[in-house]
Amino acid sequence: MTARAVPMARHETDWVGIFFAVVLTLVIIFPLIVVATWSVANVWRYPAVIPQEFGLRYWHMTLARADMWTSITTSITLSLVVTALSALICLPAAYAFARMEFPARSFLFFSFIAGQAFPKFGLLVAIAGIFLQLQLIGSFWGVVLIQLVGTLLLMIWIPVAAFQNVDRRMEEAARDVGAGPLRVFRSITLPQAGPTIAAAILLTFVNTFYETEGAWLIGAPGVRTMPVQMIFVINNQPVIQLGAVLSVLLWVPSIFALIFARRVIGSGSFARGFGA
Amino acid sequence: MAQLEITDVSKVFPGGTVAVDRFSLKVADGELVCLLGPSGSGKSTLLRMVGGFERPSSGVIAIDGEDVTRVPPERRPTGMVFQSHALWSHMNVFRNLAFGLKLRRLPKDEIRRRVEAVLELVGLAGYGARQTNQLSGGQQQRVALARSLVLEPKILLLDEPFASLDQHLRERLREEVRDIQQRLKITTLFVTHGQDEALALADRIVVMRDGRTEQVGSPDMVYREPATPFVAGFIGTMNLVEGRVAGGRFERGGFGVPVPVADGPVTIAVRPEALGIAPSDGAASHVHRVTDYGTHAIVDIELADGTRVKAMVREARDWRAGQGVALKPEAFAAYRDDAVVHRG
Ligand SMILES: Nc1ncnc2c1ncn2[C@@H]1O[C@H](COP(=O)(O)OP(=O)(O)O)[C@@H](O)[C@H]1O
Ligand SMILES: [Mg+2]
Repeated sequence: MTARAVPMARHETDWVGIFFAVVLTLVIIFPLIVVATWSVANVWRYPAVIPQEFGLRYWHMTLARADMWTSITTSITLSLVVTALSALICLPAAYAFARMEFPARSFLFFSFIAGQAFPKFGLLVAIAGIFLQLQLIGSFWGVVLIQLVGTLLLMIWIPVAAFQNVDRRMEEAARDVGAGPLRVFRSITLPQAGPTIAAAILLTFVNTFYETEGAWLIGAPGVRTMPVQMIFVINNQPVIQLGAVLSVLLWVPSIFALIFARRVIGSGSFARGFGA
Repeated sequence: MAQLEITDVSKVFPGGTVAVDRFSLKVADGELVCLLGPSGSGKSTLLRMVGGFERPSSGVIAIDGEDVTRVPPERRPTGMVFQSHALWSHMNVFRNLAFGLKLRRLPKDEIRRRVEAVLELVGLAGYGARQTNQLSGGQQQRVALARSLVLEPKILLLDEPFASLDQHLRERLREEVRDIQQRLKITTLFVTHGQDEALALADRIVVMRDGRTEQVGSPDMVYREPATPFVAGFIGTMNLVEGRVAGGRFERGGFGVPVPVADGPVTIAVRPEALGIAPSDGAASHVHRVTDYGTHAIVDIELADGTRVKAMVREARDWRAGQGVALKPEAFAAYRDDAVVHRG
């Protein structure tokens, strides 16, 4: 900021900032508050602005169901497994993309883009056909596989950018003082790219947690994730409060992810923690 | 103790750029050699081949008689200081310096002792706990130097280490590096494109051009007796006047010197301090501009045909623009086909 801009900022109101704050509140915060209120409303009839009766009746109803708990466990396990596998496969690949000059690079990039350009559901149905023959339909690992495919794009291209931003001279300096290629990757490259990669991992986890189409198409009937369970419950019992409770439950991973993200990405301690 | 021998080394990059072309050089134990040349002349590529970061297309690099051409950087007894310092920003100063020692599995107190000693050596005692981004540019380069020195490499490599620092700091660090180098007697290859840096630092200068050696010699030698017009023009300020010799004499626009060689084209090189001038009304050349530098002044002179040359004088006030001058070169060299044919 220039020296002149500082006194100016005092006089002028940041209308753009205020506008975005208001829009953000209306679009995101307000619906969240409404949903949260519904989840603790035992009775809320039109035209009252606040519920006639607060209570946890629908929470009890939801949490008493055994299939609810099964779906929570399934979703968490599934997301952890998919994210871990995705990181294991994609991070070395991303490093190769970022550091090596190989001719297949642009072709691979194109194939990823192409994969995203077609309607996903059609693709899923085609894959489901193949899985049916392989007897993967309705199995945990079938869902892992389909969701894994969905994470590849994010898990490769964000880390590619992160690795490309790592100063090659830093890596060379580490070689110079005696570190082999693997040690350089572990002690220099990864910590330098750390915060961005952590963000990619978090996004992958959350995206996988909320992924519905693949989980439903491949998982049914044997595997039921939380979002699939939510659709199932709402279809059978169209009660607003039930939907609200399920929504709030689904926020949990998002909130955890955000808290984790603030600590990890904001502080830089993540990167330092990796140091040699 | 440590001697570097580069024999017939070439580097051709994919795409066909010949960065280094059949280059040979021997650096004696404890010697500081400067690679000097304009940007793109292959200095960094050569240095990076010595450090192991580029593989030569052909040729041999040997340290103490041992062929290291195919040895990866982590197993070479070389230490490199990069222009961009390349400190690891996720580690503090201590950990930057200790990293290489830890890889060598030295005991903890030994590591601490050596890191403290090297910090002392580069004038940063007590800075171990600092983050690297809390240091000034000069301090960062000192840490980078310390990071290499702490491992006691046989050969120290520096690639324009002070290029991004301001003039004043650059000169100070240059002297410090020279002091440290002489104290440790470490064999050093120093890349620079600044001729003043090379002249101030080097035991020997290698002037590079298009990946090849143009001249090798002591700073004094390279300055006084540049082997080619390229070296003459690159080191220090030099007047280069092109023209022809006819009947043993070179003449151009009122600038004339005897050159006892066969008739034909030559380039005459005269340093400003070796170009005597005297006021002369009605002379073919005249003063174009006078620039006062305090300790001396530079007079720009326009020859009869419009060519400009510079002469160094004591006092600016003795000269004014438009004044006619007679030229008397006191020392000069004549070049033909990139070689000296006469010194006068
Ligand atoms: N990695 C590379 N790939 C292709 N060409 C390169 C590479 N590195 C350097 N060059 C080329 O090699 C030549 C010498 O470069 P360099 O050694 O960096 O010169 P200097 O350090 O003297 O400025 C230049 O023409 C440069 O463009
Ligand atoms: Mg260079």
